Amino acid sequence: MKSNYDLIVIGGGPAGLAAALGALRNGVQDILIIERERFLGGILNQCIHTGFGLREFGEELTGPEYAERFERQVLQAGISCLVDAMVLDITRDNHVVAISPEYGRLEFSPRAIVLAMGCRERTRGALMVPGTRPAGVMTAGTAQRLMNVEGYLPGRDIVILGSGDIGLIMARRFTLEGASVKAVLEVMPYSTGLTRNVVQCLDDYGIPLMLSHTVTAVHGAKRVSGVTVAQVDARRDVLQGTEQDIACDTLITSVGLIPENELSKRAGVELDPATGGAVVNQRLETSVPGIFACGNVLQVHDLVDNVSEEARHAGANAADMIAGRLARTEDKIRIVPGPGVRYVVPQWIDLRDMDERVVLSMRPDDVFRQVTLEVVAEGQDTPLARFQRRRLTPGEMVMLNVDSAVFHTSADRISVRVA
Amino acid sequence: MSSTTRIITCIVCPEGCKVSVSMEGDTITGVSGHGCKRGLAYARQEAVAPMRTLTTSVRVVGGVQPLVSVKTSAPVPRERLHDIMACVRTCSVSAPVRQGEAVLTNVLGLGVDLVATRTVERDCPPRSS
Repeated sequence: MKSNYDLIVIGGGPAGLAAALGALRNGVQDILIIERERFLGGILNQCIHTGFGLREFGEELTGPEYAERFERQVLQAGISCLVDAMVLDITRDNHVVAISPEYGRLEFSPRAIVLAMGCRERTRGALMVPGTRPAGVMTAGTAQRLMNVEGYLPGRDIVILGSGDIGLIMARRFTLEGASVKAVLEVMPYSTGLTRNVVQCLDDYGIPLMLSHTVTAVHGAKRVSGVTVAQVDARRDVLQGTEQDIACDTLITSVGLIPENELSKRAGVELDPATGGAVVNQRLETSVPGIFACGNVLQVHDLVDNVSEEARHAGANAADMIAGRLARTEDKIRIVPGPGVRYVVPQWIDLRDMDERVVLSMRPDDVFRQVTLEVVAEGQDTPLARFQRRRLTPGEMVMLNVDSAVFHTSADRISVRVA
Repeated sequence: MSSTTRIITCIVCPEGCKVSVSMEGDTITGVSGHGCKRGLAYARQEAVAPMRTLTTSVRVVGGVQPLVSVKTSAPVPRERLHDIMACVRTCSVSAPVRQGEAVLTNVLGLGVDLVATRTVERDCPPRSS
């Protein structure tokens, strides 16, 4: 095992694979991808349903097919991959410490690092659902892995809390494998998943979607025997008297994803509380020089195609930095969310060596119809740029492709707002 | 013949138009509420014979992983999904399996194959000590 590489990519999922390819395209060849699992591809390996790759490949692929296409490109390009190895630490001088059963303890001092560790699911603990602690409560992703990768059916009578896409897809998966899905509960008055998933995963199988409902208690000693569910009001407070019990042996939670930034914190990377990911500039470089971030560790995406695009950009910029093509400056402007917008990535624009266009990714904080997203300089009335949208929803990330000239303003801050 | 009207939620794009399809028996007599041509085509197909691509997994013997993910090579009638699943449960395939390879051909005579969506290599035989 070589001890030094120009670029180390942490994570061999869709973001890590695309980041390595982006760096290669911009002239860096000495790359190592470090992956914790035995196989490359990350979460895509357990996402056996279709719906991936419409933008990237112009066809609808399953997760494994999408992953294998990138994996093949990476291996054919001769990029080094270390699987079954876990990065334990990134020290303050960008020194990477990893461990593997095959090589033992490994240390690297790369010239740049791309963070591509992905995200994790929020757990029952994070939800604070009261009740006993029996077996049979698990996240949708855990159930997905058990069923699609390892070959176990983790329950027979299922209640799913959360109507995000993974929850909906698992409702269908459980049904096809012979389990009975009693209900999908959603605390919001609308599903947070894609319409097509509500239709194809619930309606097709007659599975009830209970909007404005949540689980108020879990019952059972050794194994889940049932849950109590109740309706909630607009403030998500439980409406007394609406409680009902549903018998089940499994409660699946699909209630949100959190970027996995333990390593980033070790490295001293500044995080944005709104995204849970790193604070970056438009080159996706973090507050620590030489460390870049992309994919779900930076911000939780809806579509893997967007992850690939973002990661290629991060990898290409890391390569430019390694080649000395990027000067880091203090000549920068802050980007902040305005009314109606929950967050914007990047949080900074570095005003030197800009590309012609900058992609601003964001999520609205509510559902809007027929609105305009405005890029506004602080203290000015006239927007710098305007983008019309027929429909905005928190479940769908918005990406604005903004002309770089817009950012050359005398203001200290620029915001994006819904108008 | 009885005339019915069904509301179909379009899944072609995220807009999710509610398309109303009127029928006399098996014949479509009117469609309204669609936002585009693709939505019109989807709603007509959906009203008469809904089709779905099935994805699932098949047991692998002697592979580095116990399962290989598969999909139907073309959409199949929605009402046959459970029949196909029952058939899939009884079959297994020997490693190695290559992505794109048919692991089951002409499933239930429907004219579609079950195609591997992932490569699963053969597991190295355990070394004798």
